[in-house]
Amino acid sequence: MKPAAFRYERPETVEEAAALLAEHGDEAKVLAGGQSLVPLLNFRLLRPAVLVDVNRVAGLDRIEGERVGATVRQSDFAGVPLAAEALPSVGHLVTRNRGTVGGSIAHADPSAELPLCLLVLGGSVVTSKGRELPADDFFRSHFTTALEPDELVVETVWPGGGSVAFEEVAQRHGDFALSLAACSVRVVDGTVTEARLGVGAVTDRPRLLELGLEGAPASEETAREAGARAAAAVDPPANLHASPAYLRHLTGVLVERVLARAFA
Amino acid sequence: MIEVTVNGTLRRAEAEPRLLLSDFLRHTLGLTGTHVGCEHGVCGACTVRLDGKAVRSCLLFAVQADGLEVETVEGLAWGPLQEAFRRNHALQCGFCTAGMLITATDLLARGTSSRREIEEALSGNLCRCTGYTPIVDAIAEVAGS
Amino acid sequence: MSWVGQPLERIEDEALLRGRGRFMDDLDPVPNTKHAAIVRSQLPHARIVQLDVSAALASPGVVGVLTGAEVAALSRPFPAGADSPVPYYAAANEVARYAGEPLAVVVAESRYLAEDAAELVAADYEPLEPEELEAHDRSFSYGEVEDAFAAAALVVSERFSVPRWSCTPVECYGVIADWQGDSLTAWSNFQGPFSLHGVAASALGLTGTKLRLITPPDSGGSFGIKAAVYTYVVLLGLASRRLGVPVRWTEDRLEHLAASAHATGRVTGVEAAFAADGELLGLRYDAIEDVGAYIRAPEPATLYRMHGSLSGAYRVRNVAARNRVVLTNRCPTGLNRGFGGPQLYFALERTMAIAARRLGIDPAELARRNLVTEFPHRTPSGGLYDSGEYGACLDAALELVGYAERRAEQAAGRAIGIGLACIVEPSISNMGYITLAQTAEERAAGLPKSGNAEGCTISISPAGGITVHLSTTPQGQGHRTVAAQIVADRLGVEPGEVEVLSELDTSTSAWTIGSGNYSSRFAGVGAGVIAAAADRLAAKIGEIRAHLGGELSLRRVAGSAHWNPESLPPGMEPGLHATAYFAAPSLDPPDGDDRVASSASHGFLVDVAVVEVDRDTGQVRILDYVSVHDAGRLLNPLIVDGQIRGGFAHGAGAALFERIVYDEDGTLLTGTFMDYVCPTAPDLPRMTIGHRETPAPFALGAKGLGEGNTMSAPVAVANAVADALELDGVELPLTPARVWELMQA
Repeated sequence: MKPAAFRYERPETVEEAAALLAEHGDEAKVLAGGQSLVPLLNFRLLRPAVLVDVNRVAGLDRIEGERVGATVRQSDFAGVPLAAEALPSVGHLVTRNRGTVGGSIAHADPSAELPLCLLVLGGSVVTSKGRELPADDFFRSHFTTALEPDELVVETVWPGGGSVAFEEVAQRHGDFALSLAACSVRVVDGTVTEARLGVGAVTDRPRLLELGLEGAPASEETAREAGARAAAAVDPPANLHASPAYLRHLTGVLVERVLARAFA
Repeated sequence: MIEVTVNGTLRRAEAEPRLLLSDFLRHTLGLTGTHVGCEHGVCGACTVRLDGKAVRSCLLFAVQADGLEVETVEGLAWGPLQEAFRRNHALQCGFCTAGMLITATDLLARGTSSRREIEEALSGNLCRCTGYTPIVDAIAEVAGS
Repeated sequence: MSWVGQPLERIEDEALLRGRGRFMDDLDPVPNTKHAAIVRSQLPHARIVQLDVSAALASPGVVGVLTGAEVAALSRPFPAGADSPVPYYAAANEVARYAGEPLAVVVAESRYLAEDAAELVAADYEPLEPEELEAHDRSFSYGEVEDAFAAAALVVSERFSVPRWSCTPVECYGVIADWQGDSLTAWSNFQGPFSLHGVAASALGLTGTKLRLITPPDSGGSFGIKAAVYTYVVLLGLASRRLGVPVRWTEDRLEHLAASAHATGRVTGVEAAFAADGELLGLRYDAIEDVGAYIRAPEPATLYRMHGSLSGAYRVRNVAARNRVVLTNRCPTGLNRGFGGPQLYFALERTMAIAARRLGIDPAELARRNLVTEFPHRTPSGGLYDSGEYGACLDAALELVGYAERRAEQAAGRAIGIGLACIVEPSISNMGYITLAQTAEERAAGLPKSGNAEGCTISISPAGGITVHLSTTPQGQGHRTVAAQIVADRLGVEPGEVEVLSELDTSTSAWTIGSGNYSSRFAGVGAGVIAAAADRLAAKIGEIRAHLGGELSLRRVAGSAHWNPESLPPGMEPGLHATAYFAAPSLDPPDGDDRVASSASHGFLVDVAVVEVDRDTGQVRILDYVSVHDAGRLLNPLIVDGQIRGGFAHGAGAALFERIVYDEDGTLLTGTFMDYVCPTAPDLPRMTIGHRETPAPFALGAKGLGEGNTMSAPVAVANAVADALELDGVELPLTPARVWELMQA
């Protein structure tokens, strides 16, 4: 399947890239890693008139402390323990060589691992317009973010977490997750003082779940109860491979597992 | 007009923006060793190296490789990896093999060596002939030596 | 020392490892070839009220468009193994019967431009209701089936469903078509059987030598699917004829998943009568086969290929079968690895496992009590099991997997499941078996078909160079290497001195209707004909040596044969060139009682799967998978193990991951590799292989193999999961969600 024709632009600065997006509006698409976008172009499901290749935009491929440039390749993304746990499940070795951190965040696939991790860590997204949006505000719905049509992701900010854990079940290694869960908790003297827990795939976007963990003992019992509450809190749509009942159950299992590991 | 260094040789050719790198290599440059199996990035048959990293050539446009270096299966030096493939019967029809070799080359360059790591690294390369065991064996032999 | 039997490294490998393979899309045999894109039906069942190609014709770089109406005018319907309620053409004309069915072919300067234009072809559809048409209904009965059921202590009555799946080779279809004057030359990665060449020629109205079909040196896997590419040879041939240019088409993956060939989906009702001690007294099958939108030749062969093995590995004498075929609004079906075996054995071996539970007999013991023990064994439906030691094979498999220890673990409370499958693996199909789709009276009125033959040519050049020319169209099975081993033995040379060509050209190769690579025929018929041709040459060389005296090298003998024909024995032809044809024995046409030896040789395998089920997520982990395989003499053990692992991989894929899904209307839901899930390296366990060898009584004694584990793995794994969960209703694929649902029920 060959893509429809497009005009190709390769800006060298963020300003140029933003100007191109402003000029062409929804006739333009940003090309970063391309691992999600190019299949859609090849299928002709998307036919942008202009492709804005940001792979050579200066300054976007650096990691500085918590700040990760938008075009940092997934295979080069290190230093964030929760993300490090999730990355082996992000596509495959070869797709991570090209896929970018910023691209995964901007694409906002509800089954994606990096958006969930960013949300759970309380991270944020910095845009070309200088906005810094908390992840929970940035992700709106399936493949829909708070980005304006002439705006692109410039960097993402990954705060350090507490005790973290990530779990996913997919049909095969590297596939889109059937369900996934991640958490970052702080435990003092056997009691949970802070907990951020989120799930993806079974929701329209990565979502934090309020499971009443603060003040509870950091125990397997707590984890199990939280899992049950999580299962009740989600309303998974059916997909080709799994029924809503299974996905609901699976989500509960994964929430229990991440909490049990983070507590330990 | 783009300029790409392919297997160490500078090549200059016309390429419209939408021309996939896989088609550029195969049809514009005549390097048919890289194969096309799905054109949506799942099967891995089209894997090549771009500036030293294994990538899907069906998910890149030739214009994106302008000024960069591409290595295809034809450019790989014959060595212990290919010998191990042959010794272990790690190919049957041979259609996925170029992608397997390029991915294995990338993997071995990282110094990875456990069987599990090799299997996971190959999870983006589909083979329908061998059942994978001989391929993993071949790479493990080279990694272990 | 014999080269045959050595695990020789393959001669095919170096070129492939260097990226120098020559696959269909790599070839460029005709200058000025244009590129085709196929316009396909968006709806599963619709009247094509109008097809407007005007915008496409005006699109940049377009040479022309061939429409479905033109296909109907320029060709005849494809003949098939059973009469079809609807005629089948290479493209739809007035009615599209499956989503993805070709409607038109756009030809342009590049594939990119052809796809641009194809989008501009405007089809005016009138949607039609989804339709299922009954197309075939034949019943068979052997022995005293009623009496068997009357005497039964236990009757197991179950319904089994095997979904459609596809072997999805990594290389898709490719065709280059060049119509000149009144004939067509076409290149395609077609795998045979070459009886289908006749079907294509018939559709094109071409006789004799007017359809020249050429296969490329390398094929990127087929597993049966590249038998059906002949319909595209016809389609692209017509495009070339109509537009007056050579045309090439490379199928893309979306096209492949929608419109190449799927394995049939089958629902089988089974009734099995058992005595109290577990003796299988009688079997009744009622199979409903979904062949898709059309009966496409060689269908309904998927139903009949296994006919001689309806009784499986067992001695049972009383067997009845009802075969029904339905047409649906789905992709037409065809050869896929196992070809009827996975469907048959899922029903039979699940039945045995269920019976074992109900009788309170261990499944291995139940199998043992029923296995065929004396050979040759003629099955009730006419199959001839030439040789085997089934009980010994079972023992070896149980030993290899540590069966007693595993059962002890279960008894001690470990949550594992053990599943068994005993599989008679037929190879070398009787080209007459498909006539069983007709009644005996209908057969008597037509021309009988039988046998499975192959041709091979070996030439020795004036300088003594040996070239073998095969008609077995390999797709990775190492035919060239094995051929070199055989010829090296017969001519007393090294395999490296033997050049083997695998391209088939219907104008120049020694081929017949059975030629090609299907039903695992190479080890039997392929090897047999290579040996026959080599022996013919060896005899001639021997005569020349005797006549000229001295220990002449092959080079000297060749020199005499070409340069000095006067020196040869009186009456001997000059040159050194032999063509042989060889047919597998015992493949008579079906008899008047509907019995047929459907395959020439029968291997046997016993597989044991040990699984663990994660109760929380439903994930199935295969802890151990053992296969003890008797394929007669092993021509090259390295290649043999490769075929076994590959067959297992396809079977395990069907067991755990793969299913082609259509919704009720006929919309394909598994249209990309993101949705049609094939196993990758971390998904498959390492299988343990054991070998036994009871030679076949003909040719080199090798039995075909490569399909057996595709027949066994789905049911062995299903039996193991059923054992772990202690329930009966296991259905493929055993995905985490499906297994979890089973546990809730």
